[in-house]
Amino acid sequence: MSELLVDEKNVVVPGEVIAQGMDYVPAVGSFRDGDKIISSQLGLVNLSGRLIKVIPLSGRYIPKKGDVVIGKVADIGFSGWRVDIGWAFEANLSMKEASSDFIDKKTDLTQYYTYGDIVAAQITYIFGSKIIDLTMKGPGLRKLKGGRLIKIIPSKVPRVIGKQGSMISMIKEKTNCRIIVGQNGLVWVQGDDNDSIVLAVDTIYKIEEEAHLSGLTDRIKIFLEAGHGSSKKD
Amino acid sequence: MVQAKKTEKAERSDGRKLNEMRKMEAKVGIIKRADGSAMFKIGTTVALAAVYGPRELFPGFMQNPEKGILRCNYDMLSFSVTERKRPGPSRRSVEISLVTKNALGSAINLDQFPNTVVDVFIMIVQADAGTRCAGITAASMALADAGIPMRDLVSAVSVGRINGKIVIDLDKEEEDYDGTTDIPCAFMSRNNEITLLQLDGDISAEELKQAVELGKEGCKQISEIQKKALKERYKEIKNE
Repeated sequence: MSELLVDEKNVVVPGEVIAQGMDYVPAVGSFRDGDKIISSQLGLVNLSGRLIKVIPLSGRYIPKKGDVVIGKVADIGFSGWRVDIGWAFEANLSMKEASSDFIDKKTDLTQYYTYGDIVAAQITYIFGSKIIDLTMKGPGLRKLKGGRLIKIIPSKVPRVIGKQGSMISMIKEKTNCRIIVGQNGLVWVQGDDNDSIVLAVDTIYKIEEEAHLSGLTDRIKIFLEAGHGSSKKD
Repeated sequence: MVQAKKTEKAERSDGRKLNEMRKMEAKVGIIKRADGSAMFKIGTTVALAAVYGPRELFPGFMQNPEKGILRCNYDMLSFSVTERKRPGPSRRSVEISLVTKNALGSAINLDQFPNTVVDVFIMIVQADAGTRCAGITAASMALADAGIPMRDLVSAVSVGRINGKIVIDLDKEEEDYDGTTDIPCAFMSRNNEITLLQLDGDISAEELKQAVELGKEGCKQISEIQKKALKERYKEIKNE
C-alpha cells in the first residue's frame, strides 16, 4: 500500500511529501503527518530499509556527541578552556580532558593552550545547546601548530571524508599533506611544500562544490593527478 | 490606440485578469555570508531576506531554555519608494516585523536549539505594494536555505476588493484607489493553514471568504515557485 513519492537521492524542500502509507518510518529531517511522511529540511532523501532520512544540504554546524571538531581557544578559566567550535555557544575543555599528562591545579593553563590556539577535540557530552564537553584524549586529538585552516560547509564534510575515509586518505596520499577534517566544517592542512598544500586545499574546495554529483571520487582522482603533473612542470 | 483597446477589455488597470498575479521570480542563496538567503520578486516589488543562526541570543534574559526563538526585522530601504523613505524602524515596520514573525513562527521548529535565536532580516529593495507578503515569501525560502527544520514553506500574497470585485495581488495604483480593501494573507500550502490574515478596509463576510479562497489558490502557485527556486540551487550541480 505504501508508496515512495520521491526517489532516493533527490532534493526535497520543507513540506514536501516524501512517502505515503504507514510502512515507512520517519527519521532525521522528516516527520509524519497522518499517513504521509513529510520532509522538514532542504536536503537529499536517504532510504535505509523502512527508515526515511533527509540529509541536509545547507545550514550551520549542529554539535553531535562523538564528533571530532576543530576549534579555537576563546577563553581560559580556573579549571579549563572555552573553545569556539562554530556553534552558538562555546564548548568546555576541562583540565582533566585536555591532555594525557597530569595537569596540576596550580599550573598556568596558558602553558598548554593559550588564546587563539587551534585544537582538534572530540565532543563527549551535550546537554541542551549550552553545555558541550570536549576531550583531547584520543588518537589525532592535539593542538594544531602551523598549517592552513580552511572552512567548508559542515553538511559537505561527509563527502570530503568519503566512505571509511576513502576520499581524505586519497588526498593525503597524493599530496603528501597532513589533513584533519573537523565535523564543524574546519579543515586543517599541513604540508612540506607550498604546491601540494595548494593542491590539497583546491581539491577540498572542489569536493565542497561538487558534493552532490555522483562519481565524485573518480573526478577527484583525475583532478589530483592532473594537478600534480602541472605543478611539477612549473 | 492599442493601449486604449487593452484598457477597454481588461478588468484591471494594468491589463491583468482578476485572478492573475504579477510576474514572479525567486532566487535562493544570494547573500554569501548569511546562513540562508533568498530574493523574491513580484511585479516590481523586490524583497531580500537573510537568515542568521541558530546563534547565541543577547540579552541573556530573553533566552528560552525550552526552545530557540525567532526574531524578524523588516525594513524598507530609503530608495525603495519614489519619495525617500527615512531609514530605520518606524511604527509601520515594527508592526510588519511582528506579523512576519508570527507568520513564520508557526512553520518553523526550534525545539532542537534551546537558548538560541534565529534572526531573519527582510529588506525591501523596490516597493510596489504587497511588500510584507513578498518579505514573508522570501524569508520562508531563506529559512529553508539555512537548514532550519520547518513544517512547510510559507507563501504569502495580498488579495482585496476594488469596485466590488475580488482581486489578487494588488499593485500600488490599485491599493491607493479609493475604497479599496487590502487583505494580506499567508498560507502553508500543504494543509492550507493560514498563518497571516490582515484586513485594511471594509468587506462583507461572504466576500472575505471568497478573497481568502483566491489567496489560497495564489499561494499554491507561489509555493511551487519557491520549491523550484530551492531545488534550482542544487540542480545545476546534479545535471553537470
